[in-house]
Amino acid sequence: MGEQTLLEAEDLHLHFGGVSALSGVGFTLAQGELHAMIGPNGAGKTSVLNVISGIYRPQAGRLRFAGRNLLDLKPYQVAQAGIARSFQNIELFQHMSVLDNLLVGRHRWIKAGVLACGLFLGRGRRQEIAHRRRAEEIIDFLEIEHIRHARVGNLPYGLQKRVELGRALALEPKLLLLDEPVAGMNVEETEDIARFILDIKEELGITILLVEHDMRLVMDISDRVTVLDFGKKIAAGTPQEVARNQAVIEAYLGEPHEAA
Amino acid sequence: MGRTFHSSYAEEMALFQSDWARAWMAIFLALLLGVPALLGPYLLSVLNLAGVAVIGAIGLNLLIGTTGQISLGHVAFIACGGYTTAILAERFGLPFWLLIPASGCVAALIGLVVGVPSLRLEGFYLAMATLAAAFIIEYVYAHWESLTAGTTGMKVARPTLAGAPLESSLAFFYFQLPWVIGATLFAKNLTRTKVGRAWVAIRDRDISAETLGIDLTHYKLVAFIVSAFYGGVAGSLYVYYLKTVSPEHFTFALMIEYIAMLIVGGVGSILGSIFGAVFITLLPEALRLVTDLLRDDYPVLSFRFLYVKQGIYGLIIILFLLFKPDGCFGWWQDVKRYWQTWPYKHS
Ligand SMILES: Nc1ncnc2c1ncn2[C@@H]1O[C@H](COP(=O)(O)OP(=O)(O)O)[C@@H](O)[C@H]1O
Ligand SMILES: [Mg+2]
Repeated sequence: MGEQTLLEAEDLHLHFGGVSALSGVGFTLAQGELHAMIGPNGAGKTSVLNVISGIYRPQAGRLRFAGRNLLDLKPYQVAQAGIARSFQNIELFQHMSVLDNLLVGRHRWIKAGVLACGLFLGRGRRQEIAHRRRAEEIIDFLEIEHIRHARVGNLPYGLQKRVELGRALALEPKLLLLDEPVAGMNVEETEDIARFILDIKEELGITILLVEHDMRLVMDISDRVTVLDFGKKIAAGTPQEVARNQAVIEAYLGEPHEAA
Repeated sequence: MGRTFHSSYAEEMALFQSDWARAWMAIFLALLLGVPALLGPYLLSVLNLAGVAVIGAIGLNLLIGTTGQISLGHVAFIACGGYTTAILAERFGLPFWLLIPASGCVAALIGLVVGVPSLRLEGFYLAMATLAAAFIIEYVYAHWESLTAGTTGMKVARPTLAGAPLESSLAFFYFQLPWVIGATLFAKNLTRTKVGRAWVAIRDRDISAETLGIDLTHYKLVAFIVSAFYGGVAGSLYVYYLKTVSPEHFTFALMIEYIAMLIVGGVGSILGSIFGAVFITLLPEALRLVTDLLRDDYPVLSFRFLYVKQGIYGLIIILFLLFKPDGCFGWWQDVKRYWQTWPYKHS
């Protein structure tokens, strides 16, 4: 394949005391692809995202992003390198407005220090206005104009998830990590988010690593799929290949509490 | 007056957005400039101390309220500012326009050091670490006799403007006002732009903040530096006004007063800091007035005044925490909302 690799994970090992969250996970993300990572609860999906974000430090393994070793970086440096994410349990700034949440996402692009911010003259002011405009573009993109000044904590769950997606987009990432973006959503909300995810990939050209617990959305929209179970990669390939894979079927069917 | 609509982001980001807001501000400024001229020296001195408290409280609120870093070391920063002014004025005769910022800078430097534990500690533990740092700083200025004259204290001359020292309280009021207004506007701008958003982000969800590219180390330390700078400037003005400095001006009781200002005014709000600072500074004077009135009937009251004062602070903190955790700023918001939607009922 002639496509460029954006992220390359090799042989990641992560354990918490005796609990092994990841044992030898590896995968690659091609530039521009929508890559899904699925698996039953506790399979290690969130752990993979936390390792990429620099929140967890794996005991062994290699992780390269655009030719750069990610394992040396702190979470804020990972963000500055161009990786943004959403969280499985919403982690918005509850007391801020939607707009301010998005503006925090603009943080790395706003070039102003304490003096420029405090004096709010010239450059500091121009920067704020310019980035306010960029935040409005994201508001338009996600169709949340009506709530731009609302306090995030007062919004319904589905909209909060959407704002969190917007906050990650505001960072203008090269790679977007989404941790169960449709969990707890109804069919209509799920379709909305699926549409946004496809738009992000196609219109904005952002590479996406989509962690999902549920197979349906994944099968519909992703280019490739990696399947984890008990911290190990059990399958990888196109959605069709994965759906036929015996180990995957067993992992999903073999887990009694997955019935729901 | 309904909702204000804006035709540009620049307009929407202006500090005073409507003509109403600007008009109110103009009236307030006119009162601020005019009324003091009618006040007696006693009320003026209270007002001047309130001005110092406004700067100090805003600084503390940026750290505790906006950034969520609990500090009990603020009064030590105020002391650093006060001693810097006293020492440099005595030894080198430097002018106020150098000494006030320099006092802020010295305090900021110490704030940077005191802020280092915040990189590892949170909440109660950080409060204890900053308190311990404050005790160390206090020990230094209380015992370094050759530099600070220890418990004897030092005399400080009032700042001079155009060759004349600002001896009257009224003159000092007008001298101090621009510093207070400048400090307020600077803080207000900080909180509504990049730095302030980063601080609130750290306070609300530090993991999210980090994954959005905010360097926690940097912004926490910046919060300590800015907060201590405000403390240092407040301390400088304080000793300039008192014309003296000694360890007894920077007690732990003063720290409690500052905490009370935040709680009464509104944690995390600039305007709230102002409300709180004015309220807590005026409170003992109001109490004194009441006890003076009652003195003939209950002579024991005026004698006990000092004890009453501390007790009342404690009581007020508890009452606000229980019944009005958003402080006076919460009332202000209620009034503002009512006014903005008047005459329509708002749900
Ligand atoms: N911070 C942590 N401390 C201890 N164990 C953890 C931690 N994070 C994850 N784990 C464990 O690692 C395993 C994988 O968890 P996780 O990555 O959250 O799975 P998934 O997202 O696929 O449901 C689980 O057994 C979980 O209990
Ligand atoms: Mg998970």
